[in-house]
Amino acid sequence: MQTLIFRTAAPYLTGLMLMFSVFVLLRGHNEPGGGFTGGLIAASAFAIHGIAFGVPAVRRALYFHPMAISGFGLFAAAAAGLPSLLFGVPFLTGLWMSPAFFGMSIDLSTVIVFDIGVYLVVVGSFTSIALALEDREHD
Amino acid sequence: MLPFAGALLAPALVRVMKHNAGWLLAAIPLVVFLHLAGMLDAVSKGSSISGGFDWAPSLGLRFSWFLDGLSLTFALLISGIGTLIVIYAGGYLKGHPHQGRFFSFILLFMGAMLGLVVSDSFLMLFVYWELTSITSFLLIGFDHGREASRRAALQALLVTGIGGLSLLAGLLVIAQATGMSELSSLLGSVDALRNSPLYLAALLLVLGGAFTKSAQFPFHFWLPNAMEAPTPVSAYLHSATMVKAGVYLLMRLNPVMGDTAAWETILPVFGGATLAIGTLLAVRQTDLKLMLAYTTVSSLGLLVMLTGLGSDKAIEAAALYLIAHSMFKGALFMVAGLIDHEAGTRDITCLRGLRKAMPITFVAAMLAALSMGGLPLFSGFLAKEQIYYALGSPEGWQAVLLVIAVCGNALMFAIGFAVALRPFLGDALRTPKAAHEGPISLWLGPAVLGALGLAAAVAAPITHRFLSSPAASAVAGSPIEVTISTIPHIGVPLLLSGLTVALGIAAYVRLDSLRGATAGVLQAIGWGPDRGFDQVLRGLLRLATGLTRIIHNGRLDIYMTVTFVAVAAALLLPMVLFGELPSMPDVPALRFYEWGVLAIAVIGVAAVVKARSRLTAIVSLGIQGFAVALLYMLFGAPDLSFTQFMVETLSVVILALVMTRLRLAPTDRRPHAQKLLDMAIAAACGTAFALLLLKVTQLPFDDRLSQFFNTYAKTIAHGRNVVNVIIVDFRGLDTLGEIAVVMVTGLAILALIRIRSKKADVHAPVRKEA
Repeated sequence: MQTLIFRTAAPYLTGLMLMFSVFVLLRGHNEPGGGFTGGLIAASAFAIHGIAFGVPAVRRALYFHPMAISGFGLFAAAAAGLPSLLFGVPFLTGLWMSPAFFGMSIDLSTVIVFDIGVYLVVVGSFTSIALALEDREHD
Repeated sequence: MLPFAGALLAPALVRVMKHNAGWLLAAIPLVVFLHLAGMLDAVSKGSSISGGFDWAPSLGLRFSWFLDGLSLTFALLISGIGTLIVIYAGGYLKGHPHQGRFFSFILLFMGAMLGLVVSDSFLMLFVYWELTSITSFLLIGFDHGREASRRAALQALLVTGIGGLSLLAGLLVIAQATGMSELSSLLGSVDALRNSPLYLAALLLVLGGAFTKSAQFPFHFWLPNAMEAPTPVSAYLHSATMVKAGVYLLMRLNPVMGDTAAWETILPVFGGATLAIGTLLAVRQTDLKLMLAYTTVSSLGLLVMLTGLGSDKAIEAAALYLIAHSMFKGALFMVAGLIDHEAGTRDITCLRGLRKAMPITFVAAMLAALSMGGLPLFSGFLAKEQIYYALGSPEGWQAVLLVIAVCGNALMFAIGFAVALRPFLGDALRTPKAAHEGPISLWLGPAVLGALGLAAAVAAPITHRFLSSPAASAVAGSPIEVTISTIPHIGVPLLLSGLTVALGIAAYVRLDSLRGATAGVLQAIGWGPDRGFDQVLRGLLRLATGLTRIIHNGRLDIYMTVTFVAVAAALLLPMVLFGELPSMPDVPALRFYEWGVLAIAVIGVAAVVKARSRLTAIVSLGIQGFAVALLYMLFGAPDLSFTQFMVETLSVVILALVMTRLRLAPTDRRPHAQKLLDMAIAAACGTAFALLLLKVTQLPFDDRLSQFFNTYAKTIAHGRNVVNVIIVDFRGLDTLGEIAVVMVTGLAILALIRIRSKKADVHAPVRKEA
């Protein structure tokens, strides 16, 4: 898979897909999308990058081990449920607040943290599987 | 429960205080003992103390306790003897590197045992029952460096564990039959269980639990093996307390289960057999502890027999013997351990003339043996007199029990004195260690218990008022007054007592030749339950290995065949058998592009089947998946469609990667017959799913859930995307679980891939859908 076209296109493709995955993640609450789908897109992006430039390059770019990303995601998702305990409502109940930034109201919630957690778990797990499998192509 | 807290503290205390921690830790059972003793007055007047709180109300489980005469007697024995044992263990295991662990275990056991006797709800009873088995396992295997210890511990755990399961089943049957799950309410309606058709099943299951725990024949073999444990454990668990749990259970259930033909046959027969076999086996031993262990087996048999007879006199006898036995047997075990500790051996043939070296031990041993032999002025005497009162006028086959009881008691008399007298009399023999008196922590226990055996009988009216009568009343289910005193009465019982003593002395004198004779007989038989246990265990292991080899043979294709056949069968059979097949649907009017998408899906499947190389097949499978995703899109499920696209893409990529890595032939080389079979299975699965889906869509659609989510997604969860709101908010906990699964699966696959780089033929399964 080391064709010139692919190698030239891959970085742009990866970047675009990553941006798109974040977009999908964030709009998930109101439009089609969400953490799971976004995570799958991001994982595909890393897989493409890995096919084009080899696994070491992806590992360097990721900096963290993908499984660590996955673990952090699970932690974040679980932690997103904790604030609701302080308010005496059941675990994982969504809490919302709407601070104003520069005259614009932005909805923030524990739910988005939870969704980001889902995203990270999916990215981490699938990337690590894909990378591990690609890695073995070279041994 | 105080002992549990003590168990946590013990290791730290021992680190600080070394063996002297025993004195401090003994305060724990002592406090429990004194607290319980404070209730004596109330309980002896016939009232009972109870309490509890709801544990899982939705399941009807309560954490409840109650104390009546029987529970209190047991609890006092456990905490009282426990106090002495902890002190004793402090001296016995002085300098042992794991002494803290030992204290921890023994206090845990104490807590479990106390919990067991004061439990009211069945569940609590069972939990504590199992806890005693587990702590017993830990204590027997305390010296885990030795093979024999480990074997004995495992054996005890398995035997009592199987019994525990039997007990659980029995308790469930009782709860089912009577609708009651608490002992106190069960005792309040005495005939409910007896009249139930499930009575016999409940009885047999409960007996399974009680007989294994109390080492009744043919389950007696684990108890002597358990003597591998340090002596404090043998004295505490395997004579005074844990093995009595089975007896406790029988006594506890006597009012509701007793007084039937089955009860009055099974219990005396097994009890009698155990009594006879236990004493005979005891005679052949030369190890002090083993001799005592087998007499414990026979004492337990005697108790079961008495409980089974069920007359007031027998129950009084059981209560008296229970108390007396705990004291003298505990004392004798501690003496045996003391001799072992100071002289370096427990072999009776190597021990003589210790009376000068160990005078206090000698006195304590004699006090205990006099009680065990049932001589006047001792509590054992009261018990024995009462036993003979109960058996004195036998009818029919019960005469056999009388003979067994006399012979058994005579042999126990002989063994009691063999343990307590032989090592001390005569000229001193050379022992591995120069024998001398042990420290106070070691002789305090046997001395106190021995003296109590005397005091309890001399002050018989007090003992009866506070312990024996309430206990016997609780066993009988109606008030009983125990009146027997130490002044001998002329009559049949006294005559029988005299006969017992005479026989006992004769047996004592001729012990060595008796030992030879029984050893010869046993050698001739050869096989025993202990060997049987090993054979069963080996057979079980072999069976498990064989089964594993058949079921878990490591061939992926067989696993998948089995899985898919099962899926097809599970879906098809109920539909066919119950006539629930869906009716043939009309061909829907579809638009041309919808037909187009369907055609793509069909082409995809056809391409999979026709594909020559595996890689082509995988890609073709992807085509089919994308077609399905398109269908989702067309029918208004963009989220699902989106996810399906991504999953399809990734699974094609991952599958392709896996396939290139597995060293498989690029084309399919299955034999023709195999292909046909696989095809049939695939067709069956496909048909089954199609039928199921058709059926589901033909049922009326319940849209309450969708209504709910559509209405509230925006108002409660601030989101317009219903699917995502469900995932992250309404069912957030599910999602949390799912992502945890995703992560664990990822880890597992990663591990599998890593293993594969070392071993060439482990298949890495691929997770297709999250």
